[in-house]
Amino acid sequence: MSKIEEKAVQMLGGDVKTVLGYEKGSKGTRPFFCHTTEDAAKLVYDENASTNLAAYLVKQEIKDEGKIGVCANTITLRAIAQLASENQIDMNSLALFTVLDEGKGDVKDFASVDDINAYLADKPLPDSEKYDNLDKKLEAMTSEERWTFWVNEFSRCIKCYACRAACPLCYCTRCITDVNRPQWINPWPSPMANMEWQVNRVMHMTGRCIGCGACQNACPVGIPIGYLSRKMLVDMSKEFGYIPGQAMKDGNSLSTFKPDDQENFIH
Amino acid sequence: MDNNNEFEPKIVAFVCNWCTYAGADLTGTSRIKYATNVKIVRFPCTGRIDFMLLLKAFAGGADGIIISGCHPNDCHYTSGNFHARRRWITFRHMLEILGVDVRRICFTWVSAAEGAKWADVVNDNVANIRKLGPYKEYTKVAQYFEKEAYNEQD
Repeated sequence: MSKIEEKAVQMLGGDVKTVLGYEKGSKGTRPFFCHTTEDAAKLVYDENASTNLAAYLVKQEIKDEGKIGVCANTITLRAIAQLASENQIDMNSLALFTVLDEGKGDVKDFASVDDINAYLADKPLPDSEKYDNLDKKLEAMTSEERWTFWVNEFSRCIKCYACRAACPLCYCTRCITDVNRPQWINPWPSPMANMEWQVNRVMHMTGRCIGCGACQNACPVGIPIGYLSRKMLVDMSKEFGYIPGQAMKDGNSLSTFKPDDQENFIH
Repeated sequence: MDNNNEFEPKIVAFVCNWCTYAGADLTGTSRIKYATNVKIVRFPCTGRIDFMLLLKAFAGGADGIIISGCHPNDCHYTSGNFHARRRWITFRHMLEILGVDVRRICFTWVSAAEGAKWADVVNDNVANIRKLGPYKEYTKVAQYFEKEAYNEQD
């Protein structure tokens, strides 16, 4: 019996109704809801377990299931800490654990957001190299070249909103794209409407995004939308002084202010 | 009219009701002359100015945008302009990443007593945008269906 199975069986024997974790799928590892102790043997955890499970935890139908055990990877933990700071999930209704050393080590439990932050303190954001390469390429461009680059990228968007569905922090019950009075963003996939949607997504995520890259991985046409979120996350964390990928204690950057915020662009 | 062929910039000004709108009023009552290229849109507070309004203004054919409200600590609602300032810091950076021409957006504070400053802000902006020319890059993308795709069917 693996450590993760042991843990799941022990949890399901208690007050936990469901354990959310990963199982082997036909193409790598996929999310898995384990309801019974028999199913617990299917649970796996390894370096391929890259889905951000927190996206499920904000759904009402999951919350209705009662106490839920979560076998979380690093990005799931980041998202849970952020969601808890926004009062979107109750830490008491979660039994949170991870398996250290990418599934080879011991099971570690998390009782509070402080536990999560202590664990994440030395963990880097994922895929930094990939984003840095694109960043170098785009930084070298002029403003007009960047505009052409992004218009071309956005022209491929098919408005499937997979980026919205995959993001654990995109949880509005009525999204701005679903509102048609006024219709802020045209529903058809034209480059401008696609860009406006991404600007909205990234702006709504600024100061909240934990840089997991779920949006980028979900995009079926491979637009580097994760770069937009990541770039804003990293640059604005420098600007407003927070640690990228960790929930802020005194409110998100766009819901707070400092009287001495920079003003050099205001004449 | 000898300037008939010169480019006249279209500028949208998003201003707050309590300071800049009153300031612009003072410009008028003080009989200070300023450029007529600006269309003023009045908001309750700079904190109400959504970033989408800026994008929609550009998409609708604006060549430049002025955003103005109360000076810090003068906000009628205490902190609306502080929140707005953070949003602009963030949004300006977003636009820079995307390659939108941020030189066309002017952020400023104009109080109810600064009628003369408002005239200067508008005149400077009109001169600046006149130099930059019409914002074709943006409107071309905004009119994607109306122009390019439509013409292909002809």
